[in-house]
Amino acid sequence: MNLETLPLQLRNAIVDLFPPALQWFVHHLLTITVILTVFGLFFAFTTIAERKLLARLQNRLGPNRAGLPWFPKLKLWGITQPFADAIKAITKEDIVPAAADKVLHFLAPVLIVAFSLLGFAVLPFGRNLIPVELDAALLYFFAAGAATELAIFMAGWGSRNKYSLLAAMRALAQLISYELPLILSVVPVVMVCGTLSTKAIAAAQGGWTFGLLPHWHVFTPWGFAAFIIFLIATLAESNRSPFDLPEAESELIAGHLTEYSGFKYALFFMAEYFGLTALSGLGVTLFLGGWQAPCEFLQFIPSYLWFMIKLVGMIVFFIWVRGTLLRLRIDQLTRLSWKFLVPLALLNLGNGAFWALTPDWTGPLVLARWAISAAIVVVPFVLLGRRLTAGQAPRSYRYA
Amino acid sequence: MIALLLIALLILGAASAAILSRNLIHSALLLVGAWAGIAAFYLWAGAEFVAFAQALVYVGAVSMVVLFAVLLTRQGATRAPVEYDSVKRAVFAFIVAGGVAGVLVGAIMGSPLQGHIASPTPAVSVKQLGLLLMGSYAPALLIVGVLLTVALLGAIVIAAEEKG
Amino acid sequence: MLGSGILKGLAVTAKNFVGSYHNPARMVTQEYPDVQPQLPANYRNFPFLVTENATDPMGTMRCVACQICEKECPPQCIYIEKSKDKKPDANGKLQLYPAVFDIDTAVCMSCQLCVEVCPFDAIKMDHVFAIAATNRFSGLLLNREELAKPNTYFHEIRPDEAAEVDGRLAAERAAAEEKAKAAAAAKATAATATKPATGGAAAP
Repeated sequence: MNLETLPLQLRNAIVDLFPPALQWFVHHLLTITVILTVFGLFFAFTTIAERKLLARLQNRLGPNRAGLPWFPKLKLWGITQPFADAIKAITKEDIVPAAADKVLHFLAPVLIVAFSLLGFAVLPFGRNLIPVELDAALLYFFAAGAATELAIFMAGWGSRNKYSLLAAMRALAQLISYELPLILSVVPVVMVCGTLSTKAIAAAQGGWTFGLLPHWHVFTPWGFAAFIIFLIATLAESNRSPFDLPEAESELIAGHLTEYSGFKYALFFMAEYFGLTALSGLGVTLFLGGWQAPCEFLQFIPSYLWFMIKLVGMIVFFIWVRGTLLRLRIDQLTRLSWKFLVPLALLNLGNGAFWALTPDWTGPLVLARWAISAAIVVVPFVLLGRRLTAGQAPRSYRYA
Repeated sequence: MIALLLIALLILGAASAAILSRNLIHSALLLVGAWAGIAAFYLWAGAEFVAFAQALVYVGAVSMVVLFAVLLTRQGATRAPVEYDSVKRAVFAFIVAGGVAGVLVGAIMGSPLQGHIASPTPAVSVKQLGLLLMGSYAPALLIVGVLLTVALLGAIVIAAEEKG
Repeated sequence: MLGSGILKGLAVTAKNFVGSYHNPARMVTQEYPDVQPQLPANYRNFPFLVTENATDPMGTMRCVACQICEKECPPQCIYIEKSKDKKPDANGKLQLYPAVFDIDTAVCMSCQLCVEVCPFDAIKMDHVFAIAATNRFSGLLLNREELAKPNTYFHEIRPDEAAEVDGRLAAERAAAEEKAKAAAAAKATAATATKPATGGAAAP
């Protein structure tokens, strides 16, 4: 009984039950079903975890009432809330505005879920668990994610509602602005690893110094900077607070979701979380060592569990940020991207190139390598930060 | 072969529907559909990298620019009756389209092609592609880069003039 | 430095998160249906009618159907019909009583004016806040059976005011009794004084 290869053995056992002609089909169907089930449930529990955590971050209790049907005494800390929400969403009336572009209004939620699920195909969930091994996996991931913007636009335009349309415009501006730093932050990893394959990138982060310090990319100066840029861009790409302008409820009601109800609304919600999970999974793969254990002696825990633990960690961090930061204005949002993140990401590209060119520096030169790389990150950050915040902070308020 | 036919039908159908549609937004979205079809074609032909690049650049980025342009210029569906502004314009349009088609067909007929068999693994790996682009085809890449930069600068100049 | 504010903010929310588990002072949420709220004594919502005795609420109602509250009520949500007969009140004096006393809680705005004007301390403000009904007309129209609540309940929700009212009523009652006694005594002396005059005539 080997925990590491257990999922594969299970899959092979099930596939072997079918005639050979059907085996390839069953193989892929099984993979898809497992991903849909695991990440569907992951989505469900992310929503309740988000509500609970946000509540705790604000000294509230959060949802704690939903128990089991027929057992009203059993509260279970409210963890069955997502299922109650799902039933509610399915049974609600589906309203389509009379003036809406019916086709686009219908297509948008379908497309957005489909595209947001595509990214999961190339994430290495474990040492041997990767749905599709692609040579250009990273490129595929971003190509698959790129179309979600189209779906948001369809939703905004097809609803024939001014708030929806404004939200769609904002979403487009935001996604275009942050696509660039997102991709630029990933390029140094590709340079250092010399490959676009996610499997190879995860494998390249193996090994430990003294058996304790993992060789993850986030623990290098360029990797740390890239990871931070990646985190910020991920927040913006998945429309999460503090970059949730497209659905800023105080200004735009619910943004492009204004005219959606019932299950279509739930689909958008689902797609948002799928996108966030997929991007977090990519962040884990690229910067946090993928399925690698953080210490040598912890390798007895199966690799896919390590991946999930890191994924949950990323999600919790995003929830923490959501519970902390305020929403930005649209001009602040684009300025942050174009004046701060893009220049830093470009400099970090040079940093990655420097790192890729100097892998054979030894002895005291290793220290020099780290110092130079850190300087390329820190000095521009401080200078750029000073320049951008000059005359901006701290603000003084005068009360009447 | 059936897959190729389906993809071709998808591209042609989407493209012609884009031309015929009276709704500008629908046209733009159908155009995106056609671009996605082209990406599917590359995928069918075994050119993974090009297919993903096509999807990323056209479906992801260029479509946004097109949609933004449409949103900033017009309001979706137009009710204006279909009529030619002038016969001259129509004639020129057909001449140009025919010329482009002729050049393309001539180029395809003139190039030595063997019957293509779709291969499951890409014939050229991404690494080789990168080395080629950075090596022997570097000048071409640089020229394209300069061209795009010039276009970007030109756009900024035009936009700035309007303001001041 | 740029970004230090974000780290500070994250620290604040992290403190909230940890503190919410071991510091009950941080959690202000009341789990309402399970834990009933502790209302301040002066909280007021909808009036009720005070009765002296819980076992016979309709018989010991303090209200004498004087209809002052009905006239004073700004949204006109009180409706009173006087009784035809009279009943003795707590002082033993014969008084009218309300045959019908309705308050439309859909209209009542809990202004407490009825309480201010009542000369008999018969109507007081209640602590109920979760009135629910399946019928929005008859369900929200409370009749005198629903409005009547014993004096002990009044002591429960507003001990200070109830004690003050009780003291005042007891004093009034004592004064009334004294007066009655004095009147009786006067009557008795008058009777004895006039006895001889009438005695002869009355004597058989």
